[in-house]
Amino acid sequence: MLHLTVTELSAALSRGEFSSVELTRMFLDRINLLNPALNAYITVCEESALAAAAAADQARVRGDVRPLLGIPVAHKDIFCTRGLRTTCGSRILRDFLPPYDACVVEKLRQAGAVMLGKTNMDEFAMGSSNETSFFGKVGNPFDTGRVPGGSSGGSAAAVAAGLCPMATGTDTGGSIRQPASFCGITGFKPSYGRVSRWGMIAFASSLDQAGTLTKTAADAALMMQAMAGLDPRDSTSVDRPVEDYTGELGSSLAGLRVGVPRPHFAEGLSPGVEQGVREALAELERAGASLIDIDLPNNHLSVPAYYVVAPAEASANLSRYDGVRYGYRCEEPADLEDLYTRTRSEGFGDEVKRRILVGTYALSAGYYDAYYRKAQRIRRLIRQDFISAFEQVDVIAGPTSPHVAFPHGAKADPVEMYLEDIFTIAVNLAGLPGISIPAGFEEGMPFGLQIIGPDFGEARILNVARQFQQLTDWHKRLPVSTAGES
Amino acid sequence: MEWEAVIGLEVHVQLSTRSKLFSGTSTAFGADPNSQANIYDLAMPGTLPVLNGEALRMAVRFGLAIDAEIGRHSVFDRKNYFYPDLPKGYQTSQLDYPIVGRGSIVINLEDGSEKRIGVTRAHMEEDAGKSLHEEFADASGIDLNRAGTPLLEIVSDPDLRSAREAVAYLKKMHSIVRYLGISDGDMSQGSMRCDANVSIRRPGAELGTRTEIKNVNSFRFVEKAINFEIRRQQDVLEDGGTIIQETRLYDSVRDVTRPMRGKEVANDYRYFPEPDLLPVEIGEDLIEQIRAELPELPDARKQRFASEYGLSGYDAGVLIAAREMADYFERVAKRCGDAKLAANWVSVELQALLNRENLDIVASPVSADSLADLISRIRDKTISGKIAKTVFEQLAAGSENVDEIIERQGLRQVTDEGEIEKLVDRVIAENAAQAQQLRDGKQQVLGYLVGQAMKLSRGKANPAQVNQLLRDKLKP
Amino acid sequence: MDKSEIDKIAKLARLRVSSADANEVTARIGEILAMIDQMQAVDTEGVEPLAHPLDAVLRLRADEVTEVDHRDELLALAPASENGLYLVPKVIE
Repeated sequence: MLHLTVTELSAALSRGEFSSVELTRMFLDRINLLNPALNAYITVCEESALAAAAAADQARVRGDVRPLLGIPVAHKDIFCTRGLRTTCGSRILRDFLPPYDACVVEKLRQAGAVMLGKTNMDEFAMGSSNETSFFGKVGNPFDTGRVPGGSSGGSAAAVAAGLCPMATGTDTGGSIRQPASFCGITGFKPSYGRVSRWGMIAFASSLDQAGTLTKTAADAALMMQAMAGLDPRDSTSVDRPVEDYTGELGSSLAGLRVGVPRPHFAEGLSPGVEQGVREALAELERAGASLIDIDLPNNHLSVPAYYVVAPAEASANLSRYDGVRYGYRCEEPADLEDLYTRTRSEGFGDEVKRRILVGTYALSAGYYDAYYRKAQRIRRLIRQDFISAFEQVDVIAGPTSPHVAFPHGAKADPVEMYLEDIFTIAVNLAGLPGISIPAGFEEGMPFGLQIIGPDFGEARILNVARQFQQLTDWHKRLPVSTAGES
Repeated sequence: MEWEAVIGLEVHVQLSTRSKLFSGTSTAFGADPNSQANIYDLAMPGTLPVLNGEALRMAVRFGLAIDAEIGRHSVFDRKNYFYPDLPKGYQTSQLDYPIVGRGSIVINLEDGSEKRIGVTRAHMEEDAGKSLHEEFADASGIDLNRAGTPLLEIVSDPDLRSAREAVAYLKKMHSIVRYLGISDGDMSQGSMRCDANVSIRRPGAELGTRTEIKNVNSFRFVEKAINFEIRRQQDVLEDGGTIIQETRLYDSVRDVTRPMRGKEVANDYRYFPEPDLLPVEIGEDLIEQIRAELPELPDARKQRFASEYGLSGYDAGVLIAAREMADYFERVAKRCGDAKLAANWVSVELQALLNRENLDIVASPVSADSLADLISRIRDKTISGKIAKTVFEQLAAGSENVDEIIERQGLRQVTDEGEIEKLVDRVIAENAAQAQQLRDGKQQVLGYLVGQAMKLSRGKANPAQVNQLLRDKLKP
Repeated sequence: MDKSEIDKIAKLARLRVSSADANEVTARIGEILAMIDQMQAVDTEGVEPLAHPLDAVLRLRADEVTEVDHRDELLALAPASENGLYLVPKVIE
């Protein structure tokens, strides 16, 4: 039961094989059992989960048949939850009780999902390994000595280890897709503006986008159906109809043009990942797709441009944490400057401080043109690369990350860590949808195939991912340490 | 040698929207501290801005009123600095693409001349909260009710040459925003605030180093603060010193400006485009729609008052300064049919009453219609001008109907020839000596005798008739 | 970038870089800036800066009061408050 997909759980619940309360209880027990080792959750809300499950069971008796009714969900601790501690992985918000729910939280609740708790993450989503969390590192369910990826590492580990059947995440530079790749699950990042950012704690506003971590693309489609849509409270949320994601999961791949970006197969890609991804592409070809080599000539500039834009926006977004209205405040501030400086220096971790400093520098007088404006120009070049590519191809596919999950502490050098996101970051700069799906193993660790779509091509890439998952079973491989109990 | 002052003003006008610039929180003045500070206003994590369309329309309305270019593509930026009254740690403002571009305002000087002052730009931004320093011994209290209230910051060219010109500019600004209905412009409540950039130079020389005076909250203080600052700069330069570019606060109690502490760290605001908002695109249709709704503005109204009602430039200027006053005057003038008399009554008697009672024209105890009726009774000679003042006082005290007051109190002017003749005869009898003097050709006593007759009639006799009759009876 | 520049930036960002960490922080940030500086090799003359991936214009909100007073609930989140005000160390203007 613990390793069933959302689609399967939904069917079983509607057949009455078990109740939502039983299902929820089972996940809560498993969290109690495995979370001490994995540290995937920061907060678990047992009581309210069971109450919500009971309410879902009653709704079902009254004839409610919504697909997510009674399905447990875990939220990345970046989504505000009314009255439930929301930390963003930071000391500065360690006791923060938001008086409101994020739009995504609201929508999933309205769809009948049952919140189990809040998952661990890199502090303020700044990281690719979940090692920057104030609440400790997270173990990869395939090897707890390795990282789960980040920043949505807690959500990815929780889904992979069967601590929840589905979870929310956010993706600013790869923060859903890379942990999904590392944990052997499906991670979906929609187009910028498709899902409301309201109530989602900002890292880099022009890049942040909420998405899903699930076992399958079909499950992602179910979640997206509930999450997507216009939200008048978010000025960057788009006013365009939400496609029927689940309804479009049956399309054949015959005639599909798949762009294979040469720069995604350049040096630095581990041999096992390269071989596996090429086999995955061959699988798509066998299903009727054609592979077309493409160039994304400015891809190598995506990491540099991103590390200007994201820290710049973050430096302003994180100014509100000043110890005045909520959150951590230093002891006995001597004066106003001391209040600000000590609260922030004590409240933020090293990586967050580093990025605030980089962002502040990039925006400061005399450097704005050389850094911020330059990065914005490169951002346009990167987006144009994709626009040109999508004139020839329907989707773009390649590796999600150059490597499988690395051991904790293996990447102490920030720049080395940043370059891990070389295949995912450009997608955020361009605002496109992308998905990572399991595509093989190297050294016993999973890796993902990334499929990128054009603007608002959510349904298309979900379908391609779904077709791949019909043909392969990589997504069904369970971590040894946690398997065998289903 | 003479010094010339060079002054530019940054005027912050609070736009009179019901809700804040980026949130649905009320902007009403005077609420309990922090009762109008909700999650976006407090910069709670994850909250986002949504632009108030009315604030945008008001800004465009202002731009059209001063013949400015409207920013068709307008962008919000974040201006970064830390201060307790600025919850987000940045102010959402506009830098490179303001909503209003170059325009101009004509100011009216006391000698009756006019001067055109350039407006560099005007942009939308959010107001900050308030820090209260007196409430606690060792802490400052922060009230964020005002945080997020929409402001239009209007930046003038350095075209002003004296404190008086600066005040004239502010008064015109006040008049314009009130005519447009985009702000109450009340400086005492902070709805209109002014920072002044002041420098001095020898005429024709390069611009001198300027200082910025903040926190000036009345027309009078603007004048005093600028005058103080000009004198201070003169003293410094004449003593061989140099002016330091700095921000100074005006202390109205001591009538000095002093350097602002706590802002000594040179600020680097690190402006960048606000990523939580998209560019505002303003189409021709919106501009034309707003243009069509523009009211008649002070300058146009002044001209019309001069040509349509034959008022002097001065009288027209006094009447149009406040839109409500001008509306009141027009209503009186139209109803009574005598614009000059109306102008006189509104700007003298009514104004004196309002000053005495410390009332705004909209709260005038004498309605425009009543005043018009009163003037009509003067015109048709029902009452004299003098009696009219008595009736006016009774209107001011709460009576409503002019004719009822006149009838009830028997104030109607006596025009009956017989009655006036009796009155005149009595005056002649009682003042035989003076009567004789008039007969002897001493015209000076006529006034005295008329006065006696008016006194005897308690002001009701028609003075012209009394006058004529006295002349006739006491012909030399 | 040297230590004095780090100091200046840290001051702007209201962060403290302790003297013990200064070398490490300066070095790390130097490496990041060196990586970022790859951008400078590209000619971007005439390329319009892209602030936002969305090619859309701003939606406007009607001027309506939609929020109600939650002062007590919100003030309860503050580390220090009294008489309805948020408290900070005395500010001198």
